[in-house]
Amino acid sequence: MKLLKKLLFGDLFDGMKITFRSQAPKHIYTEQYPSEHPKVSERFRGAPRLNINPENGETLCISCDLCAIVCPENLIKVTSVRNPATRRKDLTQFTYDLSRCMFCGLCEDACPVDALELTQDFELASYSRHGLIWDRQMLEEGPHPQRYK
Amino acid sequence: MTGTFLDTNELVLNMGPQHPSTHGVLRVVLKLDGERVLSSDCVIGYLHRGVEKIAEHRTYAMFAPYVDRMDYLSAVSNGLGYCLAVEKLLNVEAPPRAQAVRVILVELNRIASHLFWLGTHALDIGAMAPLFFTLREREEVLKIFENYCGARITTHAFRIGGLYYELYEGFEAEISAFCEMFQGRLDEYEKLLTENRIWVNRLKGVGILTAEQCKDLGVTGPMLRASGVKWDLRKAQPYSGYEQYDFDIPTRETGDTYDRYLVRLEEMRQSVRIIQQAVKKIPAGPAMAKVPKVIKPPAGEVYVSIEAPKGELGYFIVSDGTIHPYRIHVRPPSFVNLQALSIMAKGALVADVVAIIGTIDIVLGEVDR
Repeated sequence: MKLLKKLLFGDLFDGMKITFRSQAPKHIYTEQYPSEHPKVSERFRGAPRLNINPENGETLCISCDLCAIVCPENLIKVTSVRNPATRRKDLTQFTYDLSRCMFCGLCEDACPVDALELTQDFELASYSRHGLIWDRQMLEEGPHPQRYK
Repeated sequence: MTGTFLDTNELVLNMGPQHPSTHGVLRVVLKLDGERVLSSDCVIGYLHRGVEKIAEHRTYAMFAPYVDRMDYLSAVSNGLGYCLAVEKLLNVEAPPRAQAVRVILVELNRIASHLFWLGTHALDIGAMAPLFFTLREREEVLKIFENYCGARITTHAFRIGGLYYELYEGFEAEISAFCEMFQGRLDEYEKLLTENRIWVNRLKGVGILTAEQCKDLGVTGPMLRASGVKWDLRKAQPYSGYEQYDFDIPTRETGDTYDRYLVRLEEMRQSVRIIQQAVKKIPAGPAMAKVPKVIKPPAGEVYVSIEAPKGELGYFIVSDGTIHPYRIHVRPPSFVNLQALSIMAKGALVADVVAIIGTIDIVLGEVDR
């Protein structure tokens, strides 16, 4: 039996059967990426976003600088001024250098007020290196990738 | 040089660093006599990033994402080894819930790593189809990682002291479904390869490494077990609650490339067994031990090793009592296993060198660090 199987190339045909069986359309797993946008998971760590309060449009960031301290690549710069009326720090500038970011999520963990968040946006390409250094406005608005039909 | 024109000369040939079957940027200097390899030398360092040096300028928590980038095919295992080492230094232990989830994710990672090895190894030998099948199943594992911690490859899944992410809804169901499906798929791979005559002829008797040679070189992992040594750190010095699970250590006798293939396939089956046991009884309770916000371990040194998919992965950490580690040394399995290449390749054909490099299962990110 074993010899017969060997003579008739049984081992090779067994493999061929599997190969041809998986060519049925229901076994196609390829994602048609640009035309079909893949759905990433809820916890996906993508583009950073600086959340704003939807009611009054003010930033949630309290300029505590914890994200900048905890970042392993030291790529976050937070500047603020002390507001004499409220005795609080007001955020002036927030720059985030995406070109050095490794999306480890430590800044997100450190943020005490859920202001900094890594979102599900993953299309981050830029034509210049400078375009990857996001300022406060960019962080609040999020990326605007061009959609190709 | 004397002799007739029929004499052959020794030929020195560079294989790599840009050779598709060296799995990254490994350069092997081969000294050839015709098709036979007289000697081979590995030249490494093309992917050196100085990870151990980077550690000296980071705090303990900050360094955790970097270890994922050494063996990027089994980032979760790397993270576990590092977390266990720092936990031992701090003298804390992760709670049982964290331990169970860690075991599940690490074993899933072992499957993912072995699947990638199987696909690329088969591709080196000339079988194209298994690559697509194994990557399809690996995708399922990566999807679980993405759902759990938000990243697919460089996961940063564990934190020092336990878990940061809670389990998502449907975690157990997703993993059970994967295990069910995966066992059938493993049988498919066996059908494609195990008895395939080309596969058998290319692998049997190639790159034989005896148990003695393995021990002399410090080779660990599936390569050691394929030579007949029953050594697995999960059994020998259990960590993270491995003693609760029932599984076997697959071994083979000959220690050739074909045996290493069989050992790794069997290991995937055992991993499925462990995952199925673990997922049934994830204990309730906290997922994070009491760890100070600023990790400042007492002065001292510690060595912790775990059984990564490729072999013994060890972390040696020296602490001087500050928030930065004084020194971190990594004992990567790929780097040590790569030493065996020149022994195995001696006298082999050039085409077999491709099979031998594949069977070591190296990741150059880990070899060079």
